[in-house]
Parts: sequence; C-alpha cells; structure tokens
Amino acid sequence: MPYGPHTPDDRAQMLAALGISTVDELFADIPRELRASPLNLPPPEPELELSARLSGLARRNRVDMASFLGAGAYRHYTPAVVDQLLLRGEWYTAYTPYQPEVSQGTLQSIYEYESLIAELTGLDVVSASHYDGAAATAEGALMTCRATRRERVLVSRAVHPDYRATIRTYLSVGGLVVDEIPLVADGPAAGTTDLAALQHMLADESEPVAGVVVANPNFLGLLEPMAEVGRLAHAVGALFVSVVEPVSLGVLLPPGGYGADIAAGEGQPLGIPLQYGGPYLGLLASTEALVRQIPGRLVGLTKDLDGRRAFVMTLRAREQDIRREKAASNICTNQALLALAASIYLAAIGPHGLRDVAALGAAHAAALEDALADAGAPRLHPGPYLNEFAIRVPDAAAVHRGLLDRDVLAGLVLAEAEPEDPSLADGLLVCATEVTTKDDIDRFASALRAELRKTDRIPAVPVAGGVAS
Amino acid sequence: MSVTGPRLQPVLFERSKPGRGDGKVPHPPKDALDRVPSDQLRAAPPALPELNEPEVVRHYVNLSQLNHAVDTGFYPLGSCTMKFNPKLNEWAARLPGFAGLHPEAPDEIAQGTLQLLFELEAMLAEISGMRAVSLQPAAGAQGELTGILMIRAYHRSRGDVERTDVLVPDSAHGTNPATATMAGFRTVNVPSAPDGGVDVDAFRAALGPRTAAVMVTNPSTLGLFEPRIGELLSAVHEAGALAYMDGANLNAILGRFKPGEAGFDVMHFNVHKTFSTPHGGGGPGAGPVGVGETLLPFLPWPRVLRETDGSFRRERPGERPTSIGRLRSFVGNTGVLVRAYAYIRAHGTALAEVTNDAVLAANYLKQRLAADGSYDIPFGRPCKHEFVASSTSLRKETGVRTLDVAKRLIDFGFHPPTVYFPLTVDEAMLIEPTETESLETLDAFAAALIEIAAEARSSPEIVTGAPQTAPVRRLDEATAARQPDLRWRPMTGRQMPCPD
Repeated sequence: MPYGPHTPDDRAQMLAALGISTVDELFADIPRELRASPLNLPPPEPELELSARLSGLARRNRVDMASFLGAGAYRHYTPAVVDQLLLRGEWYTAYTPYQPEVSQGTLQSIYEYESLIAELTGLDVVSASHYDGAAATAEGALMTCRATRRERVLVSRAVHPDYRATIRTYLSVGGLVVDEIPLVADGPAAGTTDLAALQHMLADESEPVAGVVVANPNFLGLLEPMAEVGRLAHAVGALFVSVVEPVSLGVLLPPGGYGADIAAGEGQPLGIPLQYGGPYLGLLASTEALVRQIPGRLVGLTKDLDGRRAFVMTLRAREQDIRREKAASNICTNQALLALAASIYLAAIGPHGLRDVAALGAAHAAALEDALADAGAPRLHPGPYLNEFAIRVPDAAAVHRGLLDRDVLAGLVLAEAEPEDPSLADGLLVCATEVTTKDDIDRFASALRAELRKTDRIPAVPVAGGVAS
Repeated sequence: MSVTGPRLQPVLFERSKPGRGDGKVPHPPKDALDRVPSDQLRAAPPALPELNEPEVVRHYVNLSQLNHAVDTGFYPLGSCTMKFNPKLNEWAARLPGFAGLHPEAPDEIAQGTLQLLFELEAMLAEISGMRAVSLQPAAGAQGELTGILMIRAYHRSRGDVERTDVLVPDSAHGTNPATATMAGFRTVNVPSAPDGGVDVDAFRAALGPRTAAVMVTNPSTLGLFEPRIGELLSAVHEAGALAYMDGANLNAILGRFKPGEAGFDVMHFNVHKTFSTPHGGGGPGAGPVGVGETLLPFLPWPRVLRETDGSFRRERPGERPTSIGRLRSFVGNTGVLVRAYAYIRAHGTALAEVTNDAVLAANYLKQRLAADGSYDIPFGRPCKHEFVASSTSLRKETGVRTLDVAKRLIDFGFHPPTVYFPLTVDEAMLIEPTETESLETLDAFAAALIEIAAEARSSPEIVTGAPQTAPVRRLDEATAARQPDLRWRPMTGRQMPCPD
C-alpha cells in the first residue's frame, strides 16, 4: 500500500494483541448478505507511472491561448510567494482549529483575513469563508430572510447566472420566493438593473421583500448605480446584498461606502488559480448589526490565562455542531486554505499593488475595446465598465469557435450563458486584466477581423436554449 | 511560565509601514481609470498593510509553526480521518494544464480535466455501489444538502408533498439536522440503542407517511457498524421514504460494504477524509454525491458526459429539466478532485487494504486502552476505523475531565482526539488513528493517555493546568463571545501588548 507504514510483523503483532488471526474477524459484524462485491478498480499504480498519467491528462487541456475569458473567474498574476507559503504542511495538513492552543497560526491567519476583507469591503463582520461566490451569495440571500423574517428576495438579472441558479436552489424550499429584477433594455443604462422595475417590485406590500441582490460590476461587466439600489431597498425595510469582485475594490467604492448590509462575492481573483472552477473562495461580509445571522466560522481576538493575546473561534452558537437543526447554516468544512491564499496575496501585493492591478485591467480593457471596435465588433452596451464588457458579433458562437482554431479564447458566448435573453444573442463577454498583453489584443483583433470577413463560416452550433425543453 | 518553541506574532497590520512593498506589477498609465465615472471610485486605496516580501515570508512561516498538522505529528481527530496527504497529489493539482484551466473553457480544450472527472465519477460509483455520482458539491455538508434536495424533488415528482420529516439518530453529525432544516424539513431525532447502535424499533415507530428521508452514518459516529442496517433500510423503503448515508466514515468500509448495494438511495463522500485531500485548516474539501437509480434524474447539473466518439462534455443548461439545479458555480472543486483521483489511482484495488489497516489500528489502540483500564471503553465490540473512550470514571475518581486530558495530550506532542462528540456519550473522546500511522506512534499515544491518567491520580493540577508547552495556554473563550473582536482596529491592539 503506497502510504501505509505497517510491515507484516506489525500487523501480526496487532492481530496477536487482539487475539485474532485475520483482520476479517473485525468485519464479522457486517451481515453476510450485505457484504460488498469485489472492488472493480484498476490495480495500484506506482508513482512513476501515475505521475506520467497525470501529466498526460493535464497536457490534454489547452491553457496556452490568448484568453479574454472572465465571466466570474479571472486570470491574474499571483506573486510566487503565495504558493511557496501555501505549500508549508503546517498550513494545508492541519484541520479546523478546534484546539486553539495548537492552532494559533490558522486562527490568527483567519482573523487577519477577516480584517483584510473588512478593509476591502468596508463592512465589519467577515465570515471565515464559504464555498464560492455563488454559495456565499445564496447564504447572503438567506441571511436577509432570517434577519427581516420576510420571504421574498429580489435578484438582478445581471447577477452571474450560476449565482442566480444557486440562489434558486438554496431558496427553493421553505416557502421562500426569488424574483428577478429585469435589466434596462436600451439607452445609456442598457444592461444594468432596471431601477424603475425594482421600485415597482419593492412596492408590492402583499409580498414584502427581505433582500435585494445586485452585482457591481455586474455579470456583463457594467457598473451599477449601487447607492440608489441601497436607498430603494432600505426605504421599504429590505436589506441590500452587494455582489463584488475583490480586485475591483482596489479602485471602486466599497459596499460599506454605498450602504450595503451584506457583501458577497468570489475571492478567486485574489491569488487563487483558475483550476476549472475550484476550490475558490466565497466572500461573505456584513454589518455588525447582522453578526448573529452570518453563517460560517468567525475568529475573534481574546487572551490566554497568562494574558497573552490569542485567537479563538467564537459566536459558535450559530454553528451546526452546537445548534444542530437550529443553526444558521449547515456549513462545516469551508475554504480556509483559500482564505489564507487571499490573505498572503493581499499582504504581498499591498494596497497600492491592488489598485495597480485593478487599474491595469481597466487600461488594458480600454485598449481591447478600441481594438475590437476597430475590427468590427463594437460594445453591446454604452455604460461604464471596469475591465469586462460585451461586444456585438453576428453569429457569436460560430465566430467564437473560429477564433478558438486561431488560438484565441474570445471570452464567453452570452447566448449560451443567458439563452433566455434575446438582447444578448449576438454577444461575447470579454475581459482584460493586468496579464493581458498588447500582443494578445493584437492577435484577437486581427483574428476577429479575419473571422468576420469569412463568408463561408461554419454554421452556428445550436445554442443551449435550442435544446432546452 | 516560559513558552518554548515558536513565538507568537504581531498582526499583519502592526508590521505595516507606509511606503513598503512594491515591484509585483507594473504601474498603470495615468489615464487608466479615465473611463470610470468618479462617483464609482474610492477616494483612497483600501487601508491594507504595506509590507515587503521578506516580512511577509517570516510572518507566515512563523505563524505556520504555531500549528499542529498531520505533517508535524499524530492527529487522531475522530470523524475527520486525518490521514497523510500525499505530496504527489499537491504536485499534480499544480500542473499548469490543471491549475490554469478556466472553468468556462470550451469542452474541446478541457478534455484532460473532463476525462479525469468522468473517470473519478465512475470509480466513486464503483466504490460506493451507486449508479452515478455528481462531483459538484464543495464539501460534505453541501453534499448532504444536495442529497436531501434530490429526495425532496423525488417525492414531489410523484405528487407526494406531505412528507415533511427527516429522521436523524441522536448520534449524528450536527450537519445532518442542520441540512434537513436548510432543505425545508423538520428534524426528528431518534434515540440510539443502549449498545450505541441505531434503535431499529425506535425508527420503526417514528417512520410514517410524513417521513421523507432517514439520514444514517454507517459506521456510526461511535465507530460501530450497524448490524441491523438491512432491516432499517427495508423499513424505510416500506414507509415510502428514502435512505441517505452520511459517508464521513467511508474509510472504515472500502471494499467491505457498498452502500448502494445494501440499499441506500444516496450518499456523500468526503474526499478530504477518505481520499486524502488536505484539510487545509478547515477546507477546502469536496463532497461528491452518489445516487441509485431512483434519484438519477435529479442530480445537479452540469454532469460530465462521454460522447459516442469518446470525447467528453459538460451538460448544457436545461438539458436535463428534472435536475435540482446548481449548488454552486461551475463544475465543482476540481483542484481537490484531481488530488482524490490521484489517490484512488495510486491505490486502486488496494483501497481495501486502506480500510483493513485503518480498522486494525483503531482496534489495536482501543485494546491497549481497554487492557489498561484507566479510561472507560463504553462499547466493547470490535470498532471500525475509530472508537469512543470516555473519562467518566477518571473524572469521578480524580476530578480530571476529558477536556483536561485532551489539553495534556498537547504537552505530549499529540493533537487531541475529537472531544465531547458524539453527544450521546459522557466525557467522550472519539479517537481515529487512520492507516498511515505507525505501530510505534500508536504505542506512544496509548502510553501518553495512560500516563496522563496516572498524573490525574497523583498530581491532577498538571493535567488541569495543561497545556504548558503550547504557544498559548487555555483561552478566555467567554470574553471572546461576550465582546466579539472580529477584525483588527489599531485601538484594540494597543490595549494588548504586541507579542514581538
């Protein structure tokens, strides 16, 4: 067995101490008729061969293209120090700090994480992490229901479609209602949350609203009128959940600065690799007023018997192992190691570095916008954005595929992500970050120009909406 | 009292000095933010600490040394399966092809990862005897929620909307009842039998037309296999309910018991327990869910499918309308699943030996303690991968509690076992040695526990005052909860001297 320490003599000694002759006797309590069929698995694979197998699988993925794909997960530069420190076994082979005396490293790092995210979001209470941005946003939506004792949540249609789907799953039970706020169809605010519609939905007194969930930047990359959303929500006693992208908070106004009660979002951009969707980092923060409603672990500062400063998990009466069916959530295992990665990233890059990362993304995106417009694909929406935006491309899915053959990953085909929104049928969602190069942009623009000139373009593959029943 | 070993560290913010730290990314052009309206911009950068790289490195290296971890010592935390985390798996997850792949990458450029996920699903199905597996849930608790939501969808699909209850034994993990509540059900707690097992008669009495599901951990949280599990499963199905198995204790039954074959309808896997992916100080994990035929239509989307030409693809939105939907974004905690795949391929059919050694080690340790007699062993029959010991008699005799024994173990260089769980045993210690600890370590741990009991009799203050050699002594948890200080503020720091 690859990692087992026991020699045949060791096993014999243990069996002798137990007064039995084979280990099978320890499984005699499994009724005969319920015993397992033999394990039909491949034979054990020595490390040399297994490492070759894994390398081979990894090589079958293409990660060398000029990529403009964001849509909720972003390519960034991660300083080398982040992974070097994460590779210390004292971090990644420890468990939840249930014994604080031998877990001060993890506990202090979580307290520091809470403090760093509090500075970023402008909110005082930060949960020690959730599974990802979608699950954190769903937990934020549930918080608004618990805190207001109301049962209806309004979610902007410009919140990431996976997040909206997750909110629906989490709230689909117990009589909770999720309604989507439409987007402005045209004009200067096209693609952002329709405030008039929101106001109208909030005014329905028969179904009072617990929370309003809006993202900034939104799924289409556009900046939303967050302060106004907050005012509308608060006017009817609803709470305001802001869905944020943490790197953008290096330059954008933080949720605490425009009246959000809860901030949720995806922490992946803070030094966490893309790795096909996870493990990522669910950010969840709230005002102090909601501290007893926030789910997930919280670490606080205290002292030991000798008066030394120390850290400990606290307010645990919210958690499942104490409160069982009355807990604020069932969350147990979280994403602690990713919270640590985000903390090390923020410590290494610093406040000015984070601003530079966000600003470089904006500068590169502006250059990208100009180059793509010049190539014949103008923006789909006129409003301001930070580093991600939609472009108008006829036959977007086919063009996207054609560009793939030219080693350009041309963002996301919006018709596949949002099949029900006809205004996005010709859209590609593209982004730039600090790692986007001028060469990448030039390659995209010239390849796009060539694709758009093609008259014998391959027919568009049927988009998801076409097969949905 | 002098503290030896690693030293406490100031908080990151206390190390900050304006002007430190630069050189990671280029400076942007002055007009970089000209297209962003000024009312969207913050006036000044966030007040994050300013540090240079050498300071960051020392801070985190020194902090790390305040932790006990599997890589530093024995970690017999019952119910958590703190086995060795193979280094190959860390290397594999960091291969650029895996680590750099975007979750929305078109399927044709993601074939390596999709193949890995497809094969992993098949191997987990084989191990569990289930029909199919969803890899989406991010952790065991999310796997539980997935399972119970599928059960809810199943009943509703049959027009059976009266089932409001989920039955849970009182020895269950807290996540079980918390999950039932999240999924909109009422939890009915069923007492355990005196022998620690499921009380089948109590379950029978509680089962009825309102029962949607029964959640069982097998082996139980006491480390005991439920010999009457077949009878229980029949009763559950006769009542029209479905059976959920909490797979937290799967390390005890690999190759011996396949829940799907036995009749469970759904279960979750904790790959960070059974399949060695690192616990990470509390996470990440992954909580794949296996289902039998009944729940197949309700699995979350997207699943990974194999086409007739041998290529792999993700399910498209709306392709399977019976799905309960999504539990999170994208496909799942893929980086964790790469590690689990590597572990399962490394062992293959030898996974059965993992279980043999884990169960042998637990029974050996239990026997060592039973032979000594200082601690109560409430359940004498063979355990599986973990067992319960109790300090009830020791406490009566000496006043020393399980908490004190746990803290004293720290002075002996061991992480304490899980304490005061399960709730059904007084002064409980749930001890899980795992298969990757040597006989020498098991002997040393048993000797330490026995010596602590001797100390409790001769000089109990040593035990009640423990730990003495950890970076800090016992903590004031009451004040932490009464006046929560959950983020750094410069004022708080001045009240308490900086440790450096």
